Formats: sequence, structure tokens, C-alpha cells
Amino acid sequence: MKNAIEIKKLTKDYKDIRAVDNLDLDIREGELFSLLGVNGAGKTTTIKMLCCITQPTSGDATLEGKSIASEADEVKKIIAVSPQETAVAKNLSVRENLEMICGVHGFDKETSKKKAAETIERFNLGRVASKKSSKLSGGWQRRLSIAMALITDPNILFLDEPTLGLDVIARSELWDIIRDLKGKMTIILTTHYMEEAEELSDRIGVMKDGHLLAIGTADELKKQTGEDKFENAFIKIVKGGKA
Amino acid sequence: MRRMMAFASRVMKEILRDPLTVFFGLGFPIVVLLLLSLIQANIPVEMFEIQHLAPGITVFGLAFITLFSAQMISHDRNSALLTRLYTTPLKAHEFILGYTLPILPIAIAQTVCCYIVAILLGLKININLLWTILMNIIPSLFYIALGLLCGSAMTEKQVGGICGALLTNLSAWLSGIWFDIAMLGKAIGAFANALPFIHAVELERAILIGDMKAALPHLWWVVGYTLVTMVIAVFVFLRQMKRQ
Repeated sequence: MKNAIEIKKLTKDYKDIRAVDNLDLDIREGELFSLLGVNGAGKTTTIKMLCCITQPTSGDATLEGKSIASEADEVKKIIAVSPQETAVAKNLSVRENLEMICGVHGFDKETSKKKAAETIERFNLGRVASKKSSKLSGGWQRRLSIAMALITDPNILFLDEPTLGLDVIARSELWDIIRDLKGKMTIILTTHYMEEAEELSDRIGVMKDGHLLAIGTADELKKQTGEDKFENAFIKIVKGGKA
Repeated sequence: MRRMMAFASRVMKEILRDPLTVFFGLGFPIVVLLLLSLIQANIPVEMFEIQHLAPGITVFGLAFITLFSAQMISHDRNSALLTRLYTTPLKAHEFILGYTLPILPIAIAQTVCCYIVAILLGLKININLLWTILMNIIPSLFYIALGLLCGSAMTEKQVGGICGALLTNLSAWLSGIWFDIAMLGKAIGAFANALPFIHAVELERAILIGDMKAALPHLWWVVGYTLVTMVIAVFVFLRQMKRQ
């Protein structure tokens, strides 16, 4: 299978802190890859570099062959991001938020309206389509936020803590949406929830202090550590990893 | 262009859907105009005659435009929405135009509303009035650029304090709208004259009475301040965008 993302010696320094240290990683096309790690592990910085929000200090990564260091504009055409916090325009309705995202990607008005209507149906947003997004519950806002990331049919989707702060039902509904996307695009997910990573991911990478400590399927990581529960495997990897 | 228009449309909708914006942007300058005209009707003061007062109030109203624009930008900088938008194909100049262009029609609408009320209060309609409204675009651009600068450089809290309190007070007290600055003494007079607010008001007053000769020196002050503020604002915006 082809690699969608190839990361080579990616490094990011913030003053005297090395947030990501010589990261090497390949992510396959159509794969759902989860990045796990405790706070400050370097997950979000890695995502920010891959999304061209933050420039690497050294190293590079290619997304479908396009370099984040030298072809950021091309990379931005094939990616979409659903950030950790709900990223919606509060005074715009659900429909207007979706049309706005199409517009900033360069779609004409007619196409934007059509895509918004399709996305509203796909994400069951019909009954809140005309509501201002500030009036939506947390779960609906997060659903809208992910719909906004998907409306442009990206090849690579970054989901940064997509279910953070959601109740059990809203989380389960979002899991269904993410499961439905599997195989249709390459997805990079960061999460603090072990069960989420285990349930949804094809492969999981565990980061600590900017290093990738382990990589594999949930079963492989459990086997490597000799643990039955994935959470215990994660703890063992992180505690045993070099600081 | 299409990308920028989509972003600009969002900025405009977000501003106009905030009831406080509508009140302070359109309502407050009109309330001040009505109040001072009422005082003028009971205790006639030359400063409060409508042809003298209306240009000053329209310029004063623009201070709120800076506040709205700066608040939106600084709020966006702290929100995940801007993070999302930074990962789209929107380019730096499209962000800058998207944040500034939609404010201009709001500023013009504010000016027109003020003059409509001024006409109802007795201001004569003539061709100079049209030039006065058009010329107010230059001070509007200054206040819009100031909004971009403050929004890019300050936190939301700082914007509230500096634009909400300091700028509106500077625009109110050092612009000669309600009293002659000479009354404050030489030092404060010189300070006020080094700032653009008094020149923007005098520019509008001179255009309204058709005195182009008197308008020109003030015009250069306002144009100069507008250009310098724009350059600094764009530089600061690009720097914060890179930092983000």
C-alpha cells in the first residue's frame, strides 16, 4: 500500500524545549492512524507541522508527495483539520458555516450550497441547519466541526481530540461517523482516550517527549508489552520509555 | 477573490449579528447627536450647531468601528476557528482584506445614518454633503487599519480596555467635537494636533462648508496616519499569523 504521509527527521524546537525530536514515521493511504501520548508528548505539535500551521525547525514531511516545508499551499488543498476546540463561527448558522468553508476553499456559490446541503444530510444536521452554531449543544457543535472538515472531501483528515468533553452518546455517535470514514481517506487522530484509539485505529503510535516510543496495532502493542488491556500496554510503554 | 469574499462575508455577518455592535455602531452616535442638538435647542452654543456637530459625531462613531474590528480579530486569534482557517488555502492577503473590506460598508452606513439624522435636525442638503460622506472614507480607513493593528497585537481584554476606553476617549476629547481644544492649553493642544482625530473632524467640517483650501492640510494628516497605520497593521498581522 502507498504511503499517504512520509515524515523524515521532523523536529520542532520552541526556545530551549524540543517538542518533536527527529520523528520518522510513514502513514499508509486510507489508514486511520492514532497518535497517543500524555500531555506535552508532541502530538499536537506534530499535527500542527503536518497541517502547515507551524514550520518545522528541521526535517520535512510529505503529504501525498507534497512537502510541508516547500509546498504548503499544495498541502493545504488536500487536507482538512478538526481542531481540539470546536472550530465554528458562532454567529453563523450551521448551513452558513458549511458554505463558508466551501467558499474559503474556492468553490463557487452554487457548488457551496449543494455541498452544504449534502453534508447536512450526511451528518443528520437537518433539524439544526438554520440554527446559529452558538445555540447548539457541545455534541452538535463538534459534529458540525467535523462536518466542516469533511465538506471539501479531503484526502487527509486530522482529528485532534475529536471527542474531548463529549458525553457518552455524543461520543458514540462521533465514533460511528469516524468508523464510516475509515478507508475512504487517510485519518490521523490524536486522543487521550485509550478505548477510542483501540476501537477506531488501524495502527497506533505512542509518543513521549517528542519521540515515537512504539508503533503498531493495538493487539501488537499489547503483545509487545505482555499486557491484556491496551491501557496497561500504553502505561508500560510510556513509563518504560526514555525521557 | 472568491476565497476572500467568502471569508469577508463571514466577518460581516458576525459583526452585524452582534446587537451591541448595532447599538454602539449606529445607535450611540445618533443618540449623542440628538442629545447635543437638544442642548443646542435650549442653550444655543456655536459648537453644537448641526453643521459643526454632525461631522464630528460621524468621525467619533468610527472609533466603535475600530473596537468591533479589533474585537473580532483578537477573538479569532484565540479561537480554534482561525487555526482551522490557517489550514485552508486562504492566503495572508486574503485574511487581511477579509477582515478589513467588510468593515468599510458598515462605516459608510454609519456615516450616512448620522447625516440622515442631521438632515432631520436641520442640516442643509447640498453637493458638499455628498463629498463629506465620500471623504469620510479616508478617516474610516484609518480607523479600520487601527482595528486590524489592535486586533493583531492585543488580547481581547486589552482591546476592550485600549480600544473601548482609551481610543473612544481620545476620539471624544482630543478631536474638538464638543469644545475648542485651545481651552485645554498649549501643551494638550499641540498633543491633540499631533494626533489624527482633530484633523479628521476638521477635514469633514471644511468639506461640508465647501472650503477645500482649509480641508487640504487636514487631509494630508489623515492620509499620512492612514498609510502608516495600514503598513504597521499589515506587518503586525503577518507577524502574528506566522507566530500562530
